[in-house]
Amino acid sequence: MSLSSHEFYLVVPEIWIAAMASLILIVDLYLTEKTRWITYFLSQITLIGAFYFTWVLWGQGPKTAFYETFILDNIGTLLKMVIFVFGFFVFMYSRKYLEEHNSNRGEYFVLCLFSILGMMVLVSARSFLTLYLGLELFALPLYALVAFVRVETLSRGLSQVLSHETGAEAAMKYFIMGAMASGMLLYGVSLLYGVTGSFGIAEISSFLTQETEVPLAVLFGLMFILVGLAFKFGAVPFHMWIPDVYQGAPTAVTLFISTLPKLAGFGMAIRILLDTFHALSPHWQELMIIMAILSMAVGNIAAIAQSNLKRMLAYSTIAHMGFLFLGLLAGPESGYAAALVYVIIYALMALGAFGIIIALSYRGFEFENIEDFKGLAKREPWIALMMMFILLSLTGIPPFAGFYAKFLVLNALIHAGYVWLAAVAVLFSVIGAYYYLRVIKVMFFDEPKETLPLQYQKVSKSGVALVAVNGFSVLLLGIFPAFIFDLAVSAFVR
Amino acid sequence: MQNIGDVMTMQQVMFYIFSGLALFAGSMVIVSKNPVRAVLFLVLTFISMSGLWMLLEAEFLAITLVLVYVGAVMVLFLFVVMMLDIELASVREGFSRYLPVGISVSVLVVVALVSAVGPKEFGLEKVPAPAPYPVDFSNVKALGELLYTQYLYPFEIAAILLLVAIIAAISLTFRGRRESKAPNPSQQVQVRKADRIRLVKMKPEKTGEERESGSII
Repeated sequence: MSLSSHEFYLVVPEIWIAAMASLILIVDLYLTEKTRWITYFLSQITLIGAFYFTWVLWGQGPKTAFYETFILDNIGTLLKMVIFVFGFFVFMYSRKYLEEHNSNRGEYFVLCLFSILGMMVLVSARSFLTLYLGLELFALPLYALVAFVRVETLSRGLSQVLSHETGAEAAMKYFIMGAMASGMLLYGVSLLYGVTGSFGIAEISSFLTQETEVPLAVLFGLMFILVGLAFKFGAVPFHMWIPDVYQGAPTAVTLFISTLPKLAGFGMAIRILLDTFHALSPHWQELMIIMAILSMAVGNIAAIAQSNLKRMLAYSTIAHMGFLFLGLLAGPESGYAAALVYVIIYALMALGAFGIIIALSYRGFEFENIEDFKGLAKREPWIALMMMFILLSLTGIPPFAGFYAKFLVLNALIHAGYVWLAAVAVLFSVIGAYYYLRVIKVMFFDEPKETLPLQYQKVSKSGVALVAVNGFSVLLLGIFPAFIFDLAVSAFVR
Repeated sequence: MQNIGDVMTMQQVMFYIFSGLALFAGSMVIVSKNPVRAVLFLVLTFISMSGLWMLLEAEFLAITLVLVYVGAVMVLFLFVVMMLDIELASVREGFSRYLPVGISVSVLVVVALVSAVGPKEFGLEKVPAPAPYPVDFSNVKALGELLYTQYLYPFEIAAILLLVAIIAAISLTFRGRRESKAPNPSQQVQVRKADRIRLVKMKPEKTGEERESGSII
C-alpha cells in the first residue's frame, strides 16, 4: 500500500488551515498598527475557506486515510464545520477587545488557528497517535494564550492591576494540570498498546469485541484515558483549573476556551467512547455517572457563591459538562445525538455570555463583576435583553434553546432506563436556576451604579448587532430546533 | 560454584543492570535535594534507558536519545537550573504535611498497576519475544521509510506542534524592541488633537443627591 493523492484530498481543510496560519504569521510581521486589520481579515478568510472545503466533503461516507490514522466521517465533518462557525464569531467578538487592551498582535489569531487545526486533527483521529497529537496541538496554543495578553488596567484597584500576573498564574495552573492529564492519557494508551499491539482505533475496537474476558490492563488503560478526557471537559474531580483559567485569562481567550474546546472534546469523547470502547460501555458508564453527578453538584452549588461573572460562568460550565456526560452515557440510540445538540447549544450560549462581557468591556475596564451589571437594562437595554435570553437559556427555560437541549438529554436518559438520574439532573438544574436568575434581577431591578469610570463608552452599534444575532439565534434554535437535531442525527448515520 | 551464564544470558544481565540503574536514577531525581544533582540523575536515567533501547535493537533511537536529550536538551536544562536561584526552603515547605497522603496514594497506584501490568497480562506466553533481526538490518532505513509513509500524517502534525511551541514561547517573552527613551522632536511636533483627546458625549448619570430628592426617575 502506498499513499495516493486521493488521501490528500480528504485532508484539504487541515492543509489549508496550516498553510494559511503560517502565511498569516509571516504577513503579520510586515504590518503596522494601522494595517493590523489585514491579519484579522485573513484569519476570517481562512475560516470561511476551511468551512467551504469541509462542506464539500460532507456526506462522503466513512473513509480512512494515511494508513488508518485519519478518518473522514459525518460526525467529524459536522464538528469541524461547527468549530469554524464558532471560531468566526469568536474572532469577531475578540477584535475590538484586543484593540482596546493594547494587545492587538497577530499571534492571537495565529495561535487560535493552530489550536483549531489541532481540534480538527483530534475530531477526525482514527489512531491514538493522531488523537494525542491533536490534543496537544489544540491545548498548547491555549496555554500560551491564557498568559498572552498583557492587560493594562488603570482604574480598578489592586486586584485588576495585577491581572497580568493572574493571567500568568492561570496559565501555569492550566499548563501543569494539562500536562498531567495528557500524561495520564498517554499512560492509558501505552497500556492499551501493550495488550492489543496497536494504536489504531479500529484494531483496538475489534480486539475488544472479540475478547470475552477483558484483560485488567485494558480496564486500567480505559480509566487513565477517561481521566484525560474528563480533564479536557473539566468534569469533577478534574475541574480545578476551570474557574481560575476562565477568570484569569483575558476575556477574548476565555471566550475561545469556553466554546471551541468543548466541541473538540465532544469529538474526542466520541472517538474514545463510541469508536474504541463501545464494547466496554458498562464499564465506563459507571464512571461517567459518578462524574456527571459530581459535576452537576459542584458546578451548580459553587456557582451560587461567586461574585465574578466569569468565575460564575466557569462553574456553570462544569455543571453543563455534567449534563453533557449524561447524554453520552445514555447510549447510542438517541443519547449521542442529544449530547451533540447539547454541546453545540451550550457553545452558542457560552459564546453569547462571554461575548456580552467582551462587548461591555472597554479600555482598561473588564466588565466582569456581577456588581457591574447593576441597572444595565437602563443603560444598555438591548444588551441586557440579550443577556436575559442567554441566561434563561442556560437555566433551561422554554422557549430558549437551552431548554430543548436539556429536554433531549433527559429524554434519552429516560429511554435508556436511567429515570433516577434524570430526576437528579432536574433537581440540580433547579438549584442552578438561582444564580442565573440573580444576574437577571441585578440587571433589571437594581439601581445603576452611581459613578462610572472616566473611560466609559457605550457599546458600539456593531457590538450590539453581534450580540443580538447571538441572542436571537438562541431564541430561534429554541423555537425551531428540528434543524439542529436533524443535523445531529444525520451525523451519526454510518 | 554455579556460573552466572547458566542462570541468565548476557542480555538478561544487561537488562537488569540498565533497568535497575534507571529505577535508581529516576527515584534519585525526585529525592535529591540539590536541583543540579537531580538534573544529573535525569541524565543518568536517559543513558540507562538508551541502554535498554539498545537491547531492543533500536540502535538509532538509542543513539539519538543520548545525542539529543543528553547532549543538547539536558545540558541546556542544566545551565537554566544553575542560573535559577531556587529557594530550597520554600520548595520543601509542606513536604512532610503531604507525605502521608502522597505515600498512601502511590502505594495504592503501585499495587493496582502491578496487578494490571504483571506477568499475567504481559508474560512471554501472552507477548512472545520477537525474533532478532539479521545482522545487516538497517534501523535508520526502516525508521525513515515508516516516518514518511505510514506515519506521515502524525509526523507532519508533530512538526506543526514544534512550530506552535516556538510561536508560543516567542509571543510570551518578546516585549517589543527596546527603544531609547529620548523624545523624538519631529513626532512631538506632528501630534494632532485627535491623537490625544477623545470627546465623549454621554447622558448624565444619576448622582446621589438627585436620587434622594427623587427629581430624576
